[in-house]
Amino acid sequence: MNVLVFADSFNGSAVKAAHEAASYGAKIANGGNTSIVTYGEISESSMNELASYGITNILHANGINDMDPARLAKLVEAAANETGAEVVIFSHDYTGKSVAPMLAARMKAGLVTGVIDYPSTDGSFTVKKAVFSGKALAEVKFNTEKKVISLLPNSVGKTKTEASANVTVFNPDLGTSSVTIKEFKAKGGEGILLTEAELVVSAGRGLKGPENWGMIEELAKELGAGTACSRPVSDIGWRPHHEHVGQTGIAIRPNLYIAVGISGAIQHLAGVNGSKVIVVINTDSDAPFFKAADYGIVGDAFTVVPKLIAAVKEFKAAQA
Amino acid sequence: MNILVCISKAPDTTSKITFTDGNTKFNEDGVQFIVNPYDEWYALVRGLELKETLGGKLTIISVGGADYEPILRKALAIGADEAVRIDANPTDSNQVAAELANYAKANNFDLVLLGKETINYNGSQVGGMMAAMMDVAYVSNASKLDVAGTTASIEREKQGGTEVLEAQLPCVISAAKGMAEQRIPNMRGIMAARSKPLNVIAASGAAALTETVSYTLPDAKGAVKLIDPENVAELVNLLHNEAKVI
Ligand SMILES: Cc1cc2nc3c(=O)[nH]c(=O)nc-3n(C[C@H](O)[C@H](O)[C@H](O)COP(=O)(O)OP(=O)(O)OC[C@H]3O[C@@H](n4cnc5c(N)ncnc54)[C@H](O)[C@@H]3O)c2cc1C
Ligand SMILES: Nc1ncnc2c1ncn2[C@@H]1O[C@H](COP(=O)(O)O)[C@@H](O)[C@H]1O
Repeated sequence: MNVLVFADSFNGSAVKAAHEAASYGAKIANGGNTSIVTYGEISESSMNELASYGITNILHANGINDMDPARLAKLVEAAANETGAEVVIFSHDYTGKSVAPMLAARMKAGLVTGVIDYPSTDGSFTVKKAVFSGKALAEVKFNTEKKVISLLPNSVGKTKTEASANVTVFNPDLGTSSVTIKEFKAKGGEGILLTEAELVVSAGRGLKGPENWGMIEELAKELGAGTACSRPVSDIGWRPHHEHVGQTGIAIRPNLYIAVGISGAIQHLAGVNGSKVIVVINTDSDAPFFKAADYGIVGDAFTVVPKLIAAVKEFKAAQA
Repeated sequence: MNILVCISKAPDTTSKITFTDGNTKFNEDGVQFIVNPYDEWYALVRGLELKETLGGKLTIISVGGADYEPILRKALAIGADEAVRIDANPTDSNQVAAELANYAKANNFDLVLLGKETINYNGSQVGGMMAAMMDVAYVSNASKLDVAGTTASIEREKQGGTEVLEAQLPCVISAAKGMAEQRIPNMRGIMAARSKPLNVIAASGAAALTETVSYTLPDAKGAVKLIDPENVAELVNLLHNEAKVI
């Protein structure tokens, strides 16, 4: 089967989630062609890296930079026609969420977003996704020949192959745009993007005030983790809004989620219960979060977190 | 300005989730339904604010059965002028989007607002599909929205920062946190909602392109392993050797 993967780029390289999507696409193609369509400025080394996940062919629209989802959908549609793709894969991130539905409607293809596993293809083509705030999983079947999937980042991992790809410049006519980007305000800081983090350290109201976040940032830095927070913490302005996880914030699926001074309300869990391993640090042994946790420490964050930082430092020194 | 706001219903997050018919259907018995929070708190309220400053009319619309009416009445109580229910029991987003786009195209809306996602299926699908079907611009996940003339000024969060952009009307915009502050309906609003029009129209018969064949509940978590706060190094050891995440 021929598969096309859309790779979004940021600051001259493909986003991390695109590597996983590429690897996922190559597995589904199962010997068929796996192509990538990407756009804008993207370095040769980043394209080589993408290719190494089993890609035969990269179509590069170097002529567009505007990121209007309507035009990107037209680009991906043209690439799907060009490569004879039956399945188109996106990462379920901000760009994927806006482009994939537009593409599916244009191609009259079925769409399933936020997929967390490889499709099952015996007889019918079905995929799995989490629904009801992670309280259940749904098995969804496609009734169309063409299929569009968006893969929730950090769901299946990635496997390198020996492949190297042909890069072709691909600038089909995309018509005009009725969206103009005026400005991009980068979040700043050298921190790891929460949406891409494999490890996350998160804290809640138990931390008492914004001045106490130093130890959370230090722990995150030692682990190479992103930082997150509960909603009240971003509502009162202790932390920026983009760190807020949960039902009304973002949903993440890291390998490790460390929750410090967060009670574990259902609306918070909705954003993090897909994490592979959850560690909870809380003074209250009855905090609901312990029920969703793999490991827990009943104790005061102000003594436990510094100890944890020291233990991580020691561990890293021993590994080095 | 002629504004359309798409309203879906969702089970309250605290609802117990169970299934019937051999795990193929969500069991709605005893479930408390709410207006999907993104639709109510952000899309609807910002739509009302724009109508209040720029004039015009705000229509709310749902694709759903009679069970949608209490949800639409609640949104009318918050201030929408009239409601439309497209009578169908949709089973996927394509079906919803096609019905909505059909109605929106026939009725010349300047602005279509919806939520960034429903909290039950977390699809983030309907808005983009609608915009493509209507052949108008789409901006997702907007946290700020202003309109002057035929230009919408928008801010949206994306990975790495905030994008500031402009879109030409008519367009479809999905709303995220930040766009407005929740409004609680007052008694006058609730009384007025009773006599506002709620028009039920027939569906055009759009098709579903995907179907949910079964639901499963995730494996129950094993009991938490508690670690002595005096021995934090043990946690690091377990994360490395047992969980293998660091
Ligand atoms: C519709 C709706 C949507 C919502 N969406 C979200 C969402 O997306 N995300 C979200 O997070 N919330 C959301 N909420 C809010 C949610 O219900 C909780 O109120 C919120 O998650 C609580 O935040 P918290 O755990 O930081 O604070 P609290 O509930 O106040 O908990 C603080 C915790 O810290 C512990 N603690 C105190 N001192 C210490 C110490 N020294 N060391 C260690 N632990 C300590 C306490 O025991 C307690 O468990 C939503 C609510 C509603 C109604
Ligand atoms: N049945 C429906 N009727 C009207 N609007 C809907 C319906 N389902 C979803 N929507 C709108 O589409 C948005 C995105 O939904 P979804 O694509 O399902 O995540 C919601 O926030 C609603 O505004």
